[in-house]
Amino acid sequence: MAALREVLPREAILFRHEDTVPYECDALTAYRASPMVVVLPETEAQVAAVLKICHQMTVPIVARGAGTGLSGGAMPHRSGVILSLSKFNKILNIDPASCTAIVQCGVRNLAISEAASGYGLYYAPDPSSQIACTIGGNVAENSGGVHCLKYGLTLHNVLRVRGFMVTGEPVDFGSEALDAAGLDLLPIIIGSEGMLAVTTEVTVKLIPKPQSARCIMASFDDIESAGAAVASVIAHGIIPAGLEMMDRAMTAAVDAFVHADYDLSAAAILLCESDGTPAEVAEEIARMEQVLSAAGASRIEVSRDEAQRLKFWSGRKNAFPASGSISPDYMCMDSTIPRKRLAEMLRAIQQMEIKYNLRCANVFHAGDGNLHPLILFDAADADQMRRCELFGADILETSVRLGGTVTGEHGVGIEKLNSMCVQFSAAERAQFLALKQAFDPLELLNPGKVIPTLHRCAEYGKMHVHRGMLPFPELPRF
Amino acid sequence: MSAQDPVLARLVDQINSARSRRAPLDIRGGGSKTFYGEAAVGEPLDVTGLSGITSYEPTELVVTVRTGTRLDDLEAALEAHGQCLAFEPPRFAPGGTVGGMVAAGLSGPARASAGSVRDHVLGVTLLNGRGEILTFGGQVAKNVAGYDVSRLMAGSLGILGVICEVSLKVLPVSPSTATLRFDCDEAQASANFRDWASQPLPINATAWHEGGLYVRLAGARAAVAAACTRLGGAQLAPEQANSWWSSVRDHSAEFFAIGAAGLARGESLWRLSVPATAAALKLPGQQFMEWGGAQRWWKTLADAGQVRSAAARVGGHATLIRGADKSNGVFAPLSEVSMRIHRGLKQAFDPLRLFNRGRLYAGL
Repeated sequence: MAALREVLPREAILFRHEDTVPYECDALTAYRASPMVVVLPETEAQVAAVLKICHQMTVPIVARGAGTGLSGGAMPHRSGVILSLSKFNKILNIDPASCTAIVQCGVRNLAISEAASGYGLYYAPDPSSQIACTIGGNVAENSGGVHCLKYGLTLHNVLRVRGFMVTGEPVDFGSEALDAAGLDLLPIIIGSEGMLAVTTEVTVKLIPKPQSARCIMASFDDIESAGAAVASVIAHGIIPAGLEMMDRAMTAAVDAFVHADYDLSAAAILLCESDGTPAEVAEEIARMEQVLSAAGASRIEVSRDEAQRLKFWSGRKNAFPASGSISPDYMCMDSTIPRKRLAEMLRAIQQMEIKYNLRCANVFHAGDGNLHPLILFDAADADQMRRCELFGADILETSVRLGGTVTGEHGVGIEKLNSMCVQFSAAERAQFLALKQAFDPLELLNPGKVIPTLHRCAEYGKMHVHRGMLPFPELPRF
Repeated sequence: MSAQDPVLARLVDQINSARSRRAPLDIRGGGSKTFYGEAAVGEPLDVTGLSGITSYEPTELVVTVRTGTRLDDLEAALEAHGQCLAFEPPRFAPGGTVGGMVAAGLSGPARASAGSVRDHVLGVTLLNGRGEILTFGGQVAKNVAGYDVSRLMAGSLGILGVICEVSLKVLPVSPSTATLRFDCDEAQASANFRDWASQPLPINATAWHEGGLYVRLAGARAAVAAACTRLGGAQLAPEQANSWWSSVRDHSAEFFAIGAAGLARGESLWRLSVPATAAALKLPGQQFMEWGGAQRWWKTLADAGQVRSAAARVGGHATLIRGADKSNGVFAPLSEVSMRIHRGLKQAFDPLRLFNRGRLYAGL
C-alpha cells in the first residue's frame, strides 16, 4: 500500500470493504472474491508503476474493464490487486482516411461506432453488451457478436494492441500496418483473458456503414428444419450479415420483455440479415427467401423498414435480460458446434431438461454454430444450483463430443476451467502453461484462470469416473 | 490425427532421434519458398507424406487438410464446390504445400479486404519439440478456449513446431468480379485508395505500378455492376484480368524478377508493410504497390538500413524477399521486449531449438 501511494493519488486506491465490493465479481455473479486492493490509474505511467511494484512484490494482478464478462475472468484474487482501467476512456484519434481508430482500452464498444458515425464508418464486432463493455475487455475475450459471421471477431478487426508486460515494460502487438515483424503475437494476445499482458490502447479497423440492411424473420414448426435451414443458407453460398436462431421458450420470454413482433407459434425462428447497397440487398434477400422457403419455413417476414429491422434485433439483443425476467437466475452457456449438428444439439438439450428437471431457453448465433442455451434456475435452491451446474457441464461436454468447443466468445475465466480438462489433453494444457511462462514467468497476471492445473483436471476426472461418465476410465489421466 | 498414423509416427521417430542428438531439423514441404527467410540449417524433415484432405464440408465453410497436401490440389477441391481460400495464397513455384502456406503466412492481392492466412486458420495439429502431438483450435469459427495457438503458427516459419494438419475457413467464390484499370501517378493512386476505402464499394484487391492503377471488384452482381459504373476506368477482359492478378500474386510479373545482372549489381526485392495511408516512400528504384497502399514492393539498390528506416519512419517494417546479401537480416529487428517474448515462446514449444533454427531470427 505504501508503495502504491507513492505512484498513485489517494483517491485512486480503494481498500475499504465498502469501496471494493463492486469489484468482487463480473457479470458471472455467482462467483465472488474480495480483492486486497483496487487501483484506478489514469495514465500509462501509473499502470507501468503499479505493475512494477506488484511484480517486485510478487502480488497477483487482475485487470478489469467494465466488468460485463460472463465467465468470471475479472474475478479478483484474494491477495491481489484489481487494476481497474475504467479511466482509460478516451478516443484518441479517428482517422477516416485510413479507416482506423485509436482508442484507450476503457472506451465502450458502442462509443467507437458512435464517434465514427459522422464519417460513415463503424466498428463491426457488436457483442450484445456493447453499450457497456469496453474494447479492452473485447480484446481480452476476442468478443464476437451477432454480425461476426460476415465481419469477423475482435481479432479480425484489431490492428494493434498496446499494453504493458507484467514487469511494467511497454509493448506493442501488431502495428498500424496489416502485419508486424516476427511471430504474429496479436492472435495470442487477443482472447488471452488478461493472462499475458495488460492492454491500455487499441487500434481498431473501421468499415463503411452499409447503405442498407434488411432482416428476414423465418418461422419453423420444428427445430430440425430450422437447424437444416441454417446449413442450407450457407450451402447456397450466402454469407448473411447475421443468422440467429431462437426457440419458442426464448421468443416467448423476449416478446413479453420487449415486444419484438416475433412469431410466438413457431417452434423456432431464424433472423437472417442482408446488408450492402440497396440493389445488393434486394438480390440477396430474394435468394434468402427462396432458400428458407425451400427449407420448410412456415412463415417469412422481411423487415419493411429500419424501425422493424431494429425491432427484430432488439428482441435478440435482449435475450439475456428477458431470461432474467422469467426466472430468478439463469446460467448462460457459450459452446460452439459445427452448424450441421444444431438440431441434434437442440434435441440433446431437450432430453437434458427432463434429466435435470430444469428449463432451458435457447438463443444461438446459428450461422457460427455458437450456442447460448440459458438454463433457468433458482440459485437460492442448492439442489437446483447443483443440477444447473451438471446441466451446463453436460452441454459443454456434448458440444466437444459433437466436434465443437466449450467457449465460443465468453471465455474460460473460472467458469469453464473444468471443461478445459475435457477439451484438451494434459500435454496440450502443459503447452498452454508453458506459453504463459513466455510472458509472465511468475504467473502474476490473472492467476488461476483459463488454464486448469493438472491436479484440478485429475480431480475433475475422478468426479466423472465416480458418475460413470468418463470414457475409458482405466486410462491414466496425467 | 492419431499417433498411430504411420507417417506421423515416422516424423515423431525422427524428432526423437534429433532430440537425442540435439540435431537441428529443416522442415521441408514442396520447397517453393526456400528463398524466403534466413538460411535453413539441419537435417531435412520431409512432411510431404502428410497428404490429403481429412474432411471437407462445404456447408460448414471449413476444410481440414494434412499439411503436405499440395496447395493446388486443395484449391481444386474447393473450386469444385464453388469455394476458395479468400486470402489468395501466393504460389512462387509449383509444388507448394498447405503447410508451407501457413508457415510462411503470406497472403495475396485480396489480403486487404479478405484478411490474411492467419485470419482463416481455425485449428492446427502440430508436433512440438518434445515430439508431442497437440491440437489447438478446431473446426468452428468461434472458439476462445485457451490461447489461440493455431493462429500463432501462421507466419511462424516452422520455428515452433511441425504443422501436421490445419483447419481453414473457406468462403464461396464471389458470384461476380471485374477488374478496372486507370492511368494515374502514385499520388493520384494513393488519393484514390484513400477515397475508396471509406466507401461501401465491393473492392477486393488494388494495385498500382508504373502509371497503372488496377482495382478488382468482387461481390453480388448488382454491387459489382454499380461500382463499375461509378468508378469508370477501362475494364479488363476476364482472362486478361485473371492472369494479371495471378502474376502479381505469384511474383511471375516481370517487376518481381531479379536477374543475374541485377543480383550482381546488388539489387534486392523488399516487401514494405506500412500503414495504407503512409506518405510516398523516397527510395531509389522501382515500386509496386498493393493492398490500398499497405504493401509496397521495392526493387532497389538501397542498402538494408536505408530501406528499413524508410519503413520504420512511417510505422511499418521491411522484409528482404530476394537479394544476394542477407547479412543484415531478412526480417526487421525486434524490440528487446518482443525478442524476449520470442525466445520464451521458442523455449515453450521447442526448448532444444530443433525446428528451423535461425530461419526467422538468429538465436531462435
